[in-house]
Amino acid sequence: MEKVYINSIGSISAQKTFDNNDFLEEITTYEDNVIPVIEPNYKDFIPPAAARRMAKGIKMGVVASKIAMEEANLTDIDAIITGTGMGCVRDSEKFVTAILDNNEQFLTPTSFIQSTHNTVAGQIALGIGCKGYNFTYVHSSVSFESALIDALMQLELKEAENILVGGVDESGEHTNAIHKLIQHIKPEKINSNKLLHSKTVGAVFGEGANFFVLSNNKKETSYAQVMGVKTFNTLPKSELESSLEEFLKENNLFVTDIDVLISGNNGDVDYDNYYLDLANGPFKNTQQVVYKHLSGEFNTASAFGFWLGAKILKTQQIPSAVALNTIKPNGLELVLLYNQYRGKNHSFIILRRC
Amino acid sequence: MSDLKQELKEKIITQLNLEDIAIEEIADNDSLFGDGLGLDSIDALELIVMLDKDYGIKLTDPKEGKKIFESIEVMSNYITEHRTK
Repeated sequence: MEKVYINSIGSISAQKTFDNNDFLEEITTYEDNVIPVIEPNYKDFIPPAAARRMAKGIKMGVVASKIAMEEANLTDIDAIITGTGMGCVRDSEKFVTAILDNNEQFLTPTSFIQSTHNTVAGQIALGIGCKGYNFTYVHSSVSFESALIDALMQLELKEAENILVGGVDESGEHTNAIHKLIQHIKPEKINSNKLLHSKTVGAVFGEGANFFVLSNNKKETSYAQVMGVKTFNTLPKSELESSLEEFLKENNLFVTDIDVLISGNNGDVDYDNYYLDLANGPFKNTQQVVYKHLSGEFNTASAFGFWLGAKILKTQQIPSAVALNTIKPNGLELVLLYNQYRGKNHSFIILRRC
Repeated sequence: MSDLKQELKEKIITQLNLEDIAIEEIADNDSLFGDGLGLDSIDALELIVMLDKDYGIKLTDPKEGKKIFESIEVMSNYITEHRTK
């Protein structure tokens, strides 16, 4: 089987990550319970005529993918695989609101056309003229990982050479209002520096687009090797540790081989205990890294964690803003990512320095 | 400029997301499709819905739209003559 490498990245997040030369040098702190992305100037990437019908999520996805394609020095790609939890939720909200407001009359086409979950992958393909495999996974908080598994299988079996994989989710006003009502979003505004010490329920919601060119051709500029990915729709807390050890064993690794654990803690007092069990248990002597205080929580936030892992391995640096403890590993060779949302849809990913 | 023409220009810019175009840049006789403002078939559908919703004009024959949406001047005259609200 072929090895799979991350050859390039493109990220739009609540931090200034769209410039690949920077690595969290300047941190933006928020005092809120919903945080937006820091947007690049979209006009630098998308012609105005093409952009005028694009909602924010589409623009974010198209631009993040363009950044990744440019860094990989590619103009076409064998496949485009995206993951999204909510798809183009803003246009969905617009369309449904119009149905209600106009008593099911006078429905206009634009927001309907753009409201489907696979719009981002479709627009990327239209932009670069890619007629290859185009697929979108909508699997809640393992959407990105599902896209990743698909790409890994194709690349490992040499069915493709270069695949664009990404996770994208935009924040929708009405959807957020509902999440506030059911307290999946924290009732209080909170400083992002204090989020992970929060004693209240719910998370700070965010949005973002993180894209990667994965390839079975290693380049000098490659970020990392993707060794393995595994997802679990349900995983009782009592089985977390053994499931993780089994996953590591499948990749011929032990807990002690892992140099950095990147966890998806989001400050929800009801569900961060999954991460704490690992952090205070088998990984208590391991460098621990967190990121959702910087990105916010969204269905494809783990793609931002993937971006972070790739950056850490390439730059061999861990920015102080993401380090949860002061344990210094002997080297930065192996990174393990663990994520779950509200105790469901767990994922493990292993990245290796290359 | 008549109020209706001004109103139509504002609506076209807002509803069709023509963010980079100012009202002053649309002349009354500019062609809306093709070489003029560059609108396309999806915009035509948006305009048909707008005529129905805002002015009570139902276009049953899509070919009619081609003539009616020729320019702001033509649209304005048609609406003035046929509007029911």
